[in-house]
Amino acid sequence: MAMEEQHCLQIEKLHVYAGAKHILKGISLNLPRHQIIALIGPSGCGKTMLLRSINRMHDLDPNIRLQGSILFKGRNILDPRVDPVWIRRHIGMVFQKPNPFAKSIFENVAYGLKINGLKDKARIRAIVEESLRRSYLWEEVKDELDKSALELSGGQQQRLCLARAIAVSPEVILLDEPCSALDPISTAKVEETLLSLRQMFTILIVTHNLQQARRISDYTAFLYLGELVEYGPTAQMFEQPQQELTYNYLHGRFG
Amino acid sequence: MKARRRFWNQFFEKSLTASAFISIAILLGIFILLATNGWKAFQDVGLEEFLSLERWNPSAYDTPSYGLGALLLGTALTTLGAIAIAAPLGVGMAFFLAEIAPVRLRNVLKPAVELMAAVPSVVMGFAGIVVVGPFLAQLFGLPNGLNALNGAILLAFMALPTIVSVSEDVVQAVPRTYKEASYALGANRWETLVQVTLPACYSGLLAAVMLGVGRAIGETMTVLMATGNATAVPTSFFSSVRTLTATVAIEMGEVPTGTTHYYVLFACALVLFIITLIINIVAEQIATQLRRKGQ
Ligand SMILES: Nc1ncnc2c1ncn2[C@@H]1O[C@H](COP(=O)(O)OP(=O)(O)OP(=O)(O)O)[C@@H](O)[C@H]1O
Ligand SMILES: [Mg+2]
Repeated sequence: MAMEEQHCLQIEKLHVYAGAKHILKGISLNLPRHQIIALIGPSGCGKTMLLRSINRMHDLDPNIRLQGSILFKGRNILDPRVDPVWIRRHIGMVFQKPNPFAKSIFENVAYGLKINGLKDKARIRAIVEESLRRSYLWEEVKDELDKSALELSGGQQQRLCLARAIAVSPEVILLDEPCSALDPISTAKVEETLLSLRQMFTILIVTHNLQQARRISDYTAFLYLGELVEYGPTAQMFEQPQQELTYNYLHGRFG
Repeated sequence: MKARRRFWNQFFEKSLTASAFISIAILLGIFILLATNGWKAFQDVGLEEFLSLERWNPSAYDTPSYGLGALLLGTALTTLGAIAIAAPLGVGMAFFLAEIAPVRLRNVLKPAVELMAAVPSVVMGFAGIVVVGPFLAQLFGLPNGLNALNGAILLAFMALPTIVSVSEDVVQAVPRTYKEASYALGANRWETLVQVTLPACYSGLLAAVMLGVGRAIGETMTVLMATGNATAVPTSFFSSVRTLTATVAIEMGEVPTGTTHYYVLFACALVLFIITLIINIVAEQIATQLRRKGQ
């Protein structure tokens, strides 16, 4: 296979500035297709910033400036001429804080399908159910799909947001700490889901849970103070990291 | 130290409770004042005539008549007309200011709209007589433009600042994360605006419009000057009308105390009071329901 076939997304020398602050300092990172890539690093190192760059969420914030390129399907995502709507239909995102719409549970998941032009009611129902099953929320909400999503617990909301992102079947899913509000059992279930979703999607997941990164990811990227310190196959990274910084972080020796 | 804190806690709690009770007491006081005086009117005239379309002619020499129907219709036409104009316009402007206009433009436009509220109602009345009225007369080929439509337009203008200002706050208050969620699913700006932002503000927008209704229904001087003050039963927006408020304002100063006419004016005020009370209660109900449904 050719290089660009293997790589779903190629980030090259990405710099992000917020005002005068230099936040991401030349990140280069390739996401292999149908793999799970874990993004780890201490709080404030720029993980969320990186994720938001990939689906052009920074468009909403005039304060933020990007430099470099992110290649996806032969186009540079950062090019203002590339339609952000097109990008986001292919690259889904689950945010760090659960943000369901003030709509019913059903409508939350159906929303993306409807704006994508799906009209067939039965089909919408089927996909909604399927997506909720995949995010392990179905059993808890199947009898109250018309209830407001805002009445769900934080962990349920997070799984709802996952279902909502899966429903539109993007090619890449960006997950910003999707398990931070989940109990161990739901976490295990979501991890199982992610592993099964790998066949369909390329998944980039931010996590503070190193065990989680180790359990589910194929590759791990370690970000520190806006720089990519190390990136490689997860097993290798955890067993014999090449950088001392990585070693220290993985062993909790960080002040 | 602890005791002191408890003291202040109790102090604030008690004084807040007290102020809540004071406002209820004042409201009740007004109601009792209107009701006891208005009651005599019902006894004298009878509810049936009072609420009929019979002519409002309380100072007729031989057989005065007290039909409130025409005046109620006058109030209804001007108020509903005003809201029909001001609600879509105001909400539209609010969305424009909050979501579409560049920040710079917004920072100029919003205060400008709010300043419209500072125009005295007498001045609005003037505008109705010399500008809007003649314009309407010419546009529709009427003998004069002092009619319900004229009143409705002016009231719309007066309700607009309230509606725009409150609605804009409501739209601004929609969490940015909702919009991000929508964009992240591949929605464009318009889809996000109509399907996410708008539904998230229904209850707030309703409150904004209700405040506008309150402003319009209670307005007196402008409608008194601009609607022609005919007490005949109006047949359309082109009829001259007289509102409840204008009636009380015109006649209260000249009516002899203790006559039927005097009590009937209290009854007018009572009716106005009850209508606004009902509107507020209904709006509050709808708002809570919408909130509960999370929409
Ligand atoms: N909108 C913004 N404007 C300016 N600076 C920002 C903005 N958002 C984040 N930052 C800064 O960018 C840096 C990286 O933030 P980011 O949210 O990407 O961290 P993170 O790695 O996701 O941390 P966490 O693990 O706590 O979520 C931080 O120093 C933060 O203060
Ligand atoms: Mg983050």
